Amino acid sequence: MEAVADTMADVRVALRRDARHRTATALILVLPLALFLLLTFLVPIGALLWRAVDNPEIARAVPRTVAALARWDAASPPPDQAYAAFVADLQALREQTDAGMLARRLNTEVGGARSLVMNAWRAQPLPAAVDAAAVRAQLIALDPRWEEPWIWQAIAKNGARLTPDYLLASVDLKRAADGSIVTMEADRSAFRRILARTFGIAAIVTAIALVLAYPLAWWLSTMAPRRANVLLIVVLVPFWTSILVRVAAWIVLLQSGGLVNQALRGIGLIDQPLALLFNRTGVVIAMVHILLPFMVLPLYSVMKSIPRDYVRAAVSLGSHPLAAFLRVYVPQTYAGVAAGSLLVFILAIGYYVTPALLGGPEDQMLSYSVAQYANVHLDWGMACALGSVLLAATLVLYAIYRRLARMEPALA
Amino acid sequence: MTLAETPLVRFAGVHKSYDGATLAVRDLDLDVQRGEFLTLLGPSGSGKTTTLMMLAGFETPSGGEILFDGRPITGTPPHRRNFGMVFQNYALFPHLTVGENVAYPLTVRRVSAAECTTRVNNALEMVRLGGLASRRPDQLSGGQRQRVALARALVFDPAMVLMDEPLGALDKQLREHMQVELKDLHRRLGVTFVYVTHDQGEALAMSDRVAVFNDGALQQVDTAERLYEEPANRFVASFVGDNTALAGHVAAIDADFADVTLDCHATLRGRLIGPAAPGTAVQVTIRPERVIVRDGGGANTVPATVQDVVYLGDHLRLRCGIDGRTTAIVKRPVGSGAAPAIGARTHLEFPAEHVRIYP
Repeated sequence: MEAVADTMADVRVALRRDARHRTATALILVLPLALFLLLTFLVPIGALLWRAVDNPEIARAVPRTVAALARWDAASPPPDQAYAAFVADLQALREQTDAGMLARRLNTEVGGARSLVMNAWRAQPLPAAVDAAAVRAQLIALDPRWEEPWIWQAIAKNGARLTPDYLLASVDLKRAADGSIVTMEADRSAFRRILARTFGIAAIVTAIALVLAYPLAWWLSTMAPRRANVLLIVVLVPFWTSILVRVAAWIVLLQSGGLVNQALRGIGLIDQPLALLFNRTGVVIAMVHILLPFMVLPLYSVMKSIPRDYVRAAVSLGSHPLAAFLRVYVPQTYAGVAAGSLLVFILAIGYYVTPALLGGPEDQMLSYSVAQYANVHLDWGMACALGSVLLAATLVLYAIYRRLARMEPALA
Repeated sequence: MTLAETPLVRFAGVHKSYDGATLAVRDLDLDVQRGEFLTLLGPSGSGKTTTLMMLAGFETPSGGEILFDGRPITGTPPHRRNFGMVFQNYALFPHLTVGENVAYPLTVRRVSAAECTTRVNNALEMVRLGGLASRRPDQLSGGQRQRVALARALVFDPAMVLMDEPLGALDKQLREHMQVELKDLHRRLGVTFVYVTHDQGEALAMSDRVAVFNDGALQQVDTAERLYEEPANRFVASFVGDNTALAGHVAAIDADFADVTLDCHATLRGRLIGPAAPGTAVQVTIRPERVIVRDGGGANTVPATVQDVVYLGDHLRLRCGIDGRTTAIVKRPVGSGAAPAIGARTHLEFPAEHVRIYP
C-alpha cells in the first residue's frame, strides 16, 4: 500500500511539473501580444478615461485660494482670506504660460475670466498690504468685477483634482453653483442631440447593411467554394481601398451632375437632380458601402455551416419552402445577424471621416465633436469625456449581446 | 389493374443526369409495394441516394415518370408529397426542443394545439423517448437524436417514410440495436419504408426486399435470401456477402448447369446464370460457408494450400491459395474437427448446386 501511495505522490509531482512547464510555455508565447495590447490598447484607454475626469489646472495654479474657498457657501461674498490667498498664488506663478493656463481654464468655465485673471497677474506685485481686507480692496480697485462671486465660484468648483463636469457636459448636464446636477441650458446643449443622431445613423446603416447583406451571404453560401471565394473577394474590395478614395468616388458619383443623377434623369425618373451629397443620404450610402463586408462575412461564415438538410427536412415534413426558410433557416443564422449587426453598429457610431466629408452640419456624429474639442478648442477633457461616452455605449451594446446570447444559445 | 394490384410507387423508365453528360440513374423501373420495407443498396455513386431524392421530390428526373398510387408525382413539390423523411445527420432543428421538432409537421398542417400535444407524446412514446420533449437536440445522444428524427417523420401519418442512411453515424452496437427497433416499428405500423444504405448487412437484416444499385443501374430487386443465394450477376454476387471468385472458360453446357475449366486447369460444375456458350470467359463463385475442406480429391474439387487461419469466435475463416494465384475463403464452424495447419495441402470441394457461374 505504501509503495502505491509513494508512486501516486511521484505521479502527482510529475503532473504538477508538467502543468507548470506548459503554463510557462504558454505565457512566453502570449507575452509579446500581451505587452503590445497593454501599450497600444489598455494604456490609451486608461489615459482617455483619466483625462475625462482629470482637472489639474486650477488645483495646481492656485492651491491656497482653493483651500481658502473650501468652506465658502458660494452665495455670500467671498472671504477676505480668499483674496489674500489668490494674490499670493498669483505671485507664485512665475511664468506667463502658467498664468495663461489658469486664465484659459477659467475662461472655459465663465466668459471674461481670461482678461480678468491676466490683468490681475500683470499687476503683481501689488504694494504690500496690512491685512486680507486691504488686499481685497486692492484687487477690487484693479477691477470691480473681483467683487462679484462668479469668478470665485468657478475657482471653488474646480478646486478638486477630479471633476465630473466633462462627463456631465458630454450628456448635456452640469453642476449648478450649489452642487446639484441640472440640465444644461438649451442654447449650450448639443451632445444629447448629437448622441441620438450618432445612434440613429448607426442604426439605419446597420439595418440597410443587414437587408443588403443577408441575401448576398445566402447566395454565396449556396455556391461552390471556388466561385464563392472569387465573389467574396469582390465583396472585400471596398475593404482594401483607402477610405478617402472611396469617399472621393462617392462625391463624383453622387453630386448633382454625377453619374447617379444623370442616369436617373436619363431614364426619366426625375426632372431635378436629387440632393444626394452633403446630407444624410450621402452619409448613409457611403457608410453602408464601407461597412457591408463586416455584415457579409459573419453572415456568410454562419450560413456556410448550416447543412442544406435542415431546410430539406422541413420541406419534407410539409413546410412550404419559404416557410421552411423563415422558420428553420433564418433562426439558425441569428448568431451571424447578431455578430454582424453588433460589428457594423459599433464601427458606425465611431465614424468621422465619412460624415465629415459627405455630410452637412446636421449629419456630424459624435466623433466630429471629439475631433473639434481635441484639435480646435484644445479641450482634452471634453474630447476624452465624449470618447468615454462612445466607449460606454459600445460596452453596453456588447453586454446586451452577451445577455441575449446567454438566453438564446443559438446566438453564441 | 385494381387498386390492390397498383404498387404504391412505380418508377417507370426514370433517368437522372446532373451534368448532361453522365447518367446518375438510368432506365430505372422499380415498384415499391404497399407496406413493404424496401432497401436501396449500393456503393457510393451508384444512384441509390439520387433515386431516393427523386422520390422525395428534391431532385427532378431528367426522363421517365414516378407514379404514386398510379398518379404521376414528378410535378408535385416535395412539401405536398406527404412523405416522412429521415436524414443521415438527423437534421433536427437545433433551435427547437425535441417536442417542437416533432410537432413541426403538425403545426405546418394546422393541427389543433391539444391534438398536437397528444400526437407528439404518442410519437415520442413510440420511439421510447417519452419525457424528453423539453430537451434540446444537442442534449441527446446520437441514438436518441435518430429516434427523434424518426418520431418527427412518423408523427403526421405519412404515406411513406424515406430514410437516407439514417444509422450511418452510429457506432456498430447501437446500429444493430436500432436495426431491430426499425424493423419492429415497421412491423407494428405497417407504413411503407424506403431505406437507403451502403451497408449490405444492414440491408439484409431489415428489409423485405432489397434493390441493389451499381453505376446508376438497378442490378437486382429481391428478398434478402434470394439476393444472397441467387445473385443475378457478378456485381450482386460480390457486393452482397463474401464470395470466392475463380476465373475460367465454359467447357460444356448442360441445361441450367455448365462445366468450367479453371485457369488452374481443374474443372468445376455449377449453375449457369446468364447466357454463355462454350469458350466464354466466366467467373465461378461460391459462398465461403458452402465450401467443404476434404483430405482427398473428388468431383468438383480443387487442390489448395492453407495460407491463413483466423479464429473469429463463432467460426474459423481459412484463406486457401489455389494454384498460387487466386484465393478462396472458407468459413468453418468451430468444433467441426481440428483446424488445418498453415501451409497444409488440402482439397476444397465446391458442391455443384451452390456454385454460380457468371459470364
